Amino acid sequence: MRVNVTVNGEQRQADDVWEGESLLYVLRERLGLPGSKNACEQGECGSCTVYLDGVPVCSCLVAAGQAQDREVRTVEGLAEGDALDPVQEAFVEAGAVQCGFCTPGLVVAAHDLVNRVPQPSDPEIREALAGNLCRCTGYEKILDAVKLAAQKKSAR
Amino acid sequence: MDFLRPDTLAEALALKSQRPDAVPIAGGTDVMVELNFDHRRPAALLDLTRVPELREHSTENGVVRIGAGVPYVRIIEELGGALPGLAMASRTVGSPQIRNRGTVGGNLGAASPAGDTHPVLLAAGATVEVASARGVRFIPATEFYLGVKRNALEPDELITAVHVPATRAPQQFSKVGTRNAMVIAVCSFAVALHPGEQRVGAAVGSAAPTPRRATEAEEFLSGELTATDQWESPKPLLDSVKRRFGELVAQAASPIDDVRGSAAYRKHALSVLARRTLGWAWQDYTGKAA
Ligand SMILES: Cc1cc2nc3c(=O)[nH]c(=O)nc-3n(C[C@H](O)[C@H](O)[C@H](O)COP(=O)(O)OP(=O)(O)OC[C@H]3O[C@@H](n4cnc5c(N)ncnc54)[C@H](O)[C@@H]3O)c2cc1C
Ligand code: FES
Ligand code: FES
Repeated sequence: MRVNVTVNGEQRQADDVWEGESLLYVLRERLGLPGSKNACEQGECGSCTVYLDGVPVCSCLVAAGQAQDREVRTVEGLAEGDALDPVQEAFVEAGAVQCGFCTPGLVVAAHDLVNRVPQPSDPEIREALAGNLCRCTGYEKILDAVKLAAQKKSAR
Repeated sequence: MDFLRPDTLAEALALKSQRPDAVPIAGGTDVMVELNFDHRRPAALLDLTRVPELREHSTENGVVRIGAGVPYVRIIEELGGALPGLAMASRTVGSPQIRNRGTVGGNLGAASPAGDTHPVLLAAGATVEVASARGVRFIPATEFYLGVKRNALEPDELITAVHVPATRAPQQFSKVGTRNAMVIAVCSFAVALHPGEQRVGAAVGSAAPTPRRATEAEEFLSGELTATDQWESPKPLLDSVKRRFGELVAQAASPIDDVRGSAAYRKHALSVLARRTLGWAWQDYTGKAA
């Protein structure tokens, strides 16, 4: 089937989509957007997190056909041109990235949090990121990054 | 495979009666896992996310009607006041991403014995509204769960809503798992006080082939509270009463040994959960009555 979906502000079309295919597969394999990662395909790791109509979801659990005529924003759509989003800058500056596999999902989840809650507390950050697994960092640097991102945002 | 995309409830029901083999998909948090892992190859998917009637909730005559497609995040944010038990259970489901997508309709559709909303729906006295092109019927939650992952739906029916009495009386839900987020319950328990009817509702999850009410525990405690006139003038509960309640809750379960826990552990944990949640609910009730 054909799926029409707005991705990062652009009207996109994917053809020959299998009806049982996930939005994650469409993004990575058909639309050339490999930012969202595929690790578990069962909603456990969060590395495939994207915004669907403004709400963070696991794209591996959205059927491609459910995204028809909807708006998707992926990690590729957070920066403005060459200017990184404050959340992305903060992840770099805080050293919250090691192998980087979990990073796109964490960046989207953290982006949603700091846009909803300007000064998130530690428990709020932990809760908001509870659906994102990282095997490398031990999470401390990620918490630092989210706090730094919140400061950067409020300073702008 | 076909992908069916109704825009209205009437269209969805018509499609389901033409294609009883079509698998409904709402939040997809159960269905997509099965598809991704090739555990299921349905002839068709019936996408319910475009049906506006399923995404609404309303309150009439003290009963909240929650559309089958309302995601957990909205139950937490919009219905926490009227439905404390359901909101509590919703907060424990998966992760934010899962709660943004997953629905009570999907929890009922999957009918897993471990589903977190089931004990609450049983304890609160909920009714499941189902519909087909033939009409609407109302199934009490107590009659909805038929077996492991089996429910009372006919092949041409969809779950349209769940009706839960709004309450100001205390309700509690608690589950045991290996960590705080993202756990399938090893066992779970819900208790709801119904002062108007001088009755206590109690139900267990993940501890039998289906979620089920702990009827003897309910009757024991309801009788005890009425006999000692505690609905009118509540006093701190005797330890012996809490302990007996916990024992009867554990007796209501017929758990199995599996990777998540042994049957004996589940029974023990349920008696502890029952005692604790009753303690919290009763403390809340005495506070309100004082
Ligand atoms: C990572 C992860 C963590 C999870 N954690 C929990 C947890 O903590 N607690 C818990 O209870 N569950 C949990 N789940 C399971 C799942 O999220 C819930 O069961 C959820 O309520 C399913 O809702 P859904 O809308 O996503 O259902 P879907 O996947 O869309 O559907 C589930 C089933 O219901 C049927 N269905 C859906 N809507 C209808 C309808 N209106 N009428 C008839 N049938 C329908 C579908 O055909 C399917 O069989 C988890 C899942 C994942 C992936
Ligand atoms: S790939 Fe989607 S949550 Fe892991
Ligand atoms: S940086 Fe490697 S998984 Fe998080």
